[in-house]
Amino acid sequence: MTLTHKFTSRTHASAPKRGFLSTLGMGALIMASATLFSSAAIADDVNTTGLAVTDDTVTVGILHSLTGTMAISETGAQEAEKLAIAQINESGGILGRQIKIIQEDGASDWPTFAEKARKLLVSDKVAAVFGCWTSASRKAALPVFEKENGLLYYPTFYEGLEQSKNVIYTGQEATQQIIDGLNWVAKEKGAKTFYLIGSDYIWPRTSMKIARKHIEDVLGGTVVGEEYKPLGDTQFGSVINKIRLKKPDVIYAAVVGGSNVAWFKQLKSAGITADKQTLLTISVTEDEVLGIGGENLEGFYSIMKYFQSQDNENNKAFVAAFKEMWGDDSVIGDVTQAAYLGPWLWKAAVEKAGSFDVDKVVAASEEGDIELTTAPEGYVKLHPNHHLWSVARVGQWNKDGQATVVYESELIEPDPFPEGYQ
Amino acid sequence: MTFVYERLMGGKSGLSGFLILALFILIVLPLSLDLFRLNLVGKYLTYAFAAISLVLLWGYGGILSLGQGIFFGLGGYGMAMFLKLEASSPENTAIQSTPGIPDFMDWNQLTELPWFWVPFNSFTLTIIAILILPAAFAYLIGAAMFKRRVGGVYFAIITQVIAVILTVLIVGQQGFTGGINGITDLRTLNGWDITSNSAKYIFYFINCALLLTVIMASRFILTSKFGSLLLAIRDKEDRVRFSGYDVSNFKIFVFCFAALISAIGGAMFTLQVGFMSPSFVGIVPSIEMVIFAAVGGRMSLVGVVYGTLLINFGKTAFSESFPELWLFLMGGLFIAVVMFFPNGLAGIWKDYGHHLTNRLSGLRNWVQNSPAGATNKKMVDNT
Amino acid sequence: MDGYTYSELGSILAMQGFAGFSLFSVLLLMALGLAIIFGQMGVINMAHGEFMAVGAYTTYMLSTLTETYAPSLMPYYFFVAIVAAFLIAGLLGYIAEFVLIRHLYKRPLDTLLATWGLSLIMQQSFRSIFGAREVSPALPDWLLGSYQPTDTIDIPLNGMFVLGLTTVVTLGVYYLMFRSRWGLRVRATTQNRVMSGAVGINTTKVDRYTFALGCGIAGIAGAAFTTIASTGPTTGTLYIVDTFMVVVFGGAASLLGTILSAFTIAQAQSILEFFISGSMAKVYTLLALVLILMFKPEGLFASKIRR
Repeated sequence: MTLTHKFTSRTHASAPKRGFLSTLGMGALIMASATLFSSAAIADDVNTTGLAVTDDTVTVGILHSLTGTMAISETGAQEAEKLAIAQINESGGILGRQIKIIQEDGASDWPTFAEKARKLLVSDKVAAVFGCWTSASRKAALPVFEKENGLLYYPTFYEGLEQSKNVIYTGQEATQQIIDGLNWVAKEKGAKTFYLIGSDYIWPRTSMKIARKHIEDVLGGTVVGEEYKPLGDTQFGSVINKIRLKKPDVIYAAVVGGSNVAWFKQLKSAGITADKQTLLTISVTEDEVLGIGGENLEGFYSIMKYFQSQDNENNKAFVAAFKEMWGDDSVIGDVTQAAYLGPWLWKAAVEKAGSFDVDKVVAASEEGDIELTTAPEGYVKLHPNHHLWSVARVGQWNKDGQATVVYESELIEPDPFPEGYQ
Repeated sequence: MTFVYERLMGGKSGLSGFLILALFILIVLPLSLDLFRLNLVGKYLTYAFAAISLVLLWGYGGILSLGQGIFFGLGGYGMAMFLKLEASSPENTAIQSTPGIPDFMDWNQLTELPWFWVPFNSFTLTIIAILILPAAFAYLIGAAMFKRRVGGVYFAIITQVIAVILTVLIVGQQGFTGGINGITDLRTLNGWDITSNSAKYIFYFINCALLLTVIMASRFILTSKFGSLLLAIRDKEDRVRFSGYDVSNFKIFVFCFAALISAIGGAMFTLQVGFMSPSFVGIVPSIEMVIFAAVGGRMSLVGVVYGTLLINFGKTAFSESFPELWLFLMGGLFIAVVMFFPNGLAGIWKDYGHHLTNRLSGLRNWVQNSPAGATNKKMVDNT
Repeated sequence: MDGYTYSELGSILAMQGFAGFSLFSVLLLMALGLAIIFGQMGVINMAHGEFMAVGAYTTYMLSTLTETYAPSLMPYYFFVAIVAAFLIAGLLGYIAEFVLIRHLYKRPLDTLLATWGLSLIMQQSFRSIFGAREVSPALPDWLLGSYQPTDTIDIPLNGMFVLGLTTVVTLGVYYLMFRSRWGLRVRATTQNRVMSGAVGINTTKVDRYTFALGCGIAGIAGAAFTTIASTGPTTGTLYIVDTFMVVVFGGAASLLGTILSAFTIAQAQSILEFFISGSMAKVYTLLALVLILMFKPEGLFASKIRR
């Protein structure tokens, strides 16, 4: 835990704490009582289901890919979770208990996620798990969480169409991300024709479906092309020519992974740049920009709920703390920030429930009044449907790899099963 | 009795190996592991089916298939389709716009079950499909390849490409296949909860029984005239052909049989893990299956089971503490096995076993034993 | 085709033609190294993609060094990077041949597996040294953007660069293989190893240098690809199947075969992609290749080799 120590020196100055004051006070109170009274009784009180909770510690799991193709993306998420946990521990822990982490490697392999989830729940009896990144890994682990009655905080923006009792989704579901961004581009840029392109798997396809419905039914625009490339494909020459032929007002992109880099590099070298073409993507965060290179993205737009450049006190503190812990070179993307919310949301729910029991924590979460005023992205609130109310933001990329936020929506209600969009 | 002894068990040495394996997976492991670990072993053992298929195909037949994941996947998908249909009863899927079809189809605006899903409403037809479809597919590939004398590296690469095609197809046609997420959330088999503890035990033992049966069946084939011919083909294909045998038919048969075995493994995988996804069809799982076979000993039906268990346990244990070291170790192990121990664990055991016997048989033999005598005869009798 | 002028359609056609050529040069550059090794020794090098990654990472390192220490040299570093990529990948190939491959010449299938083990180790080394994230070298300005012969035509500069580089490398290989003493020895060894040995050719040395050359060319390919895509520890695996297909389809030991094969595959894929979705284009292309290979198992342009 050397990292924690390194972090300690600054934490009081920089950790977000204003909004946690009440919970913090409560934690301190309970910690005090734990030292004063017989602690065993309290351990039983807050834990009736045999979770790994002692008088002064509670164990949680972190389950991300440290190896394999997904390691690139998941690194930021697990770093943010560790940061949040370190900060919570600094501020007195949860119900007076310090959080201990058991980290497992999902190895970018879906059954491994299921296997490790089961290990965390059955063998380690962790009180909560922060993890998973791809939909496939979540789908694989989900039956385990439901069967063993575990609790998963899932950070990635995803396609929706899911609401499990045992999962709290801290990223946006598809409609939250897509609809406001499309409204914005239709209004600001007068866009009528759209070209949709994505990698060939469930998230881009579902997102495009929602986008197409919204473009055709609500905005009265046309989709002039819809294209899916195999994951990992790096040749976009033909697609780019197709786009040229169709001359869309907006290219709407959800290309992921290594393909993403090739896609933007080749766009640029084909002369399709922001001064001639509006491009809106839902798959580029600061993490991706690192690989793509800011110069290839300059002027294009991303729709996310969080950008590292957001100018508010919470975010400044968060970015500073993150860099302090993980190095000055770190960049923070949307998912990283969403992952950071996980432990804080869990802390709030546990303290509201006064117990680590999964059922009670879930019940507390479902009351719909758990909120974080200190989230780096701004105010967030947990909806009874396990998703977060959040703001959609459009960011325009600069050469230095950071985005300028050009639009912020109102707080959007999460709707994982959108009527008329399926 | 002699038939059972000689042909199914493989004689004296084979029998002891077989019995030790049976003892190990049927009694020792269930008694010493908790259910969580045992379920893991069950999962690993389904890969052992594919590894055994590679013993026949690669160890004996000299045909390296880098596409056993195709058949493993087909078997697994067959079972998953049945379970998914059962899980998608109209009552369970009432919130969908079209109740009664799997959720991913509903998300992809399918309003009707595709025709090729219909047979998987029946358990009997599902089992038949699992046993026949992969083998039939293997027949198509095999007939096209072996009749035209495609072999060696070419065959390896073509099987690999087919695996890629299948993966891209499954991922791309997500309305029909569940896409990259695969077919998930499988809960019951004919109304019986497959995620319950008792089900896990039962599947584990069914899996072991099937595995032992497959070993016996394979041994039967290898100890027959067919087995000798297979070896002959591996070592001097032209001579066998000139002796008047139709070499390609033998190869096609062993390829189909290998596909069948792998498919059974795939079906058992789905039952024990509770989902199936395209990541078990592609290149990486296919090559990993070859690793299991190589490490266990490509000539040893029993050895590959230990090889599979060892690699997978290593993967689990190492990735918990030293994920980085694991890939180095895996790569190094693979190179070492290929270069120095072409017979894998089974070969090492055999060598070591001989030294042990020598020592036990006393100093009397010590002097007479030439170094050559201590080395084992040939790769052939390592079964 | 309403609303388009003929000149616009002509421009699209021209650019689409170039897209095909661009893909062709990429495939050829990837496959050349593998083809040389496969043709010479019948060995499939599964770590070929990783040798490409070595070239790409070399370029990345050089770009970072240049950016830090000699920013004024940025426009020129890329040429140095290509040479360095060739040398470093070639050297690693030389070592790999010496340590691993030469022990396995009699067992081609085992070589395939051993090189796969090697690829695992190399991937993890990349991850340990450069981290798991994708990296992109900063490219000199003259490689960015496009060339516009008319208002409606944009030809990507990086595509032109790769095309040019591929031409140079191919000519170089042609010269080496068919116009030099060394190539004579290589071809002699390929055709009859025992006889070549008997007439005094050091076949061991020929093998080693051929392998190193193949890996070196893979390094060049890797360096060139940094202009098109990014580099990560597992980048190599993305290219490997395409590369295999080109080599196998072209037929072993035939430079012309490899060129024509890359051309056919690239045009087929690029034209298909224009009309149908990218995923299905890939499926159809691969499927067609497999089917053709079933009828012509030794590849399209196999030269007769005495075995």
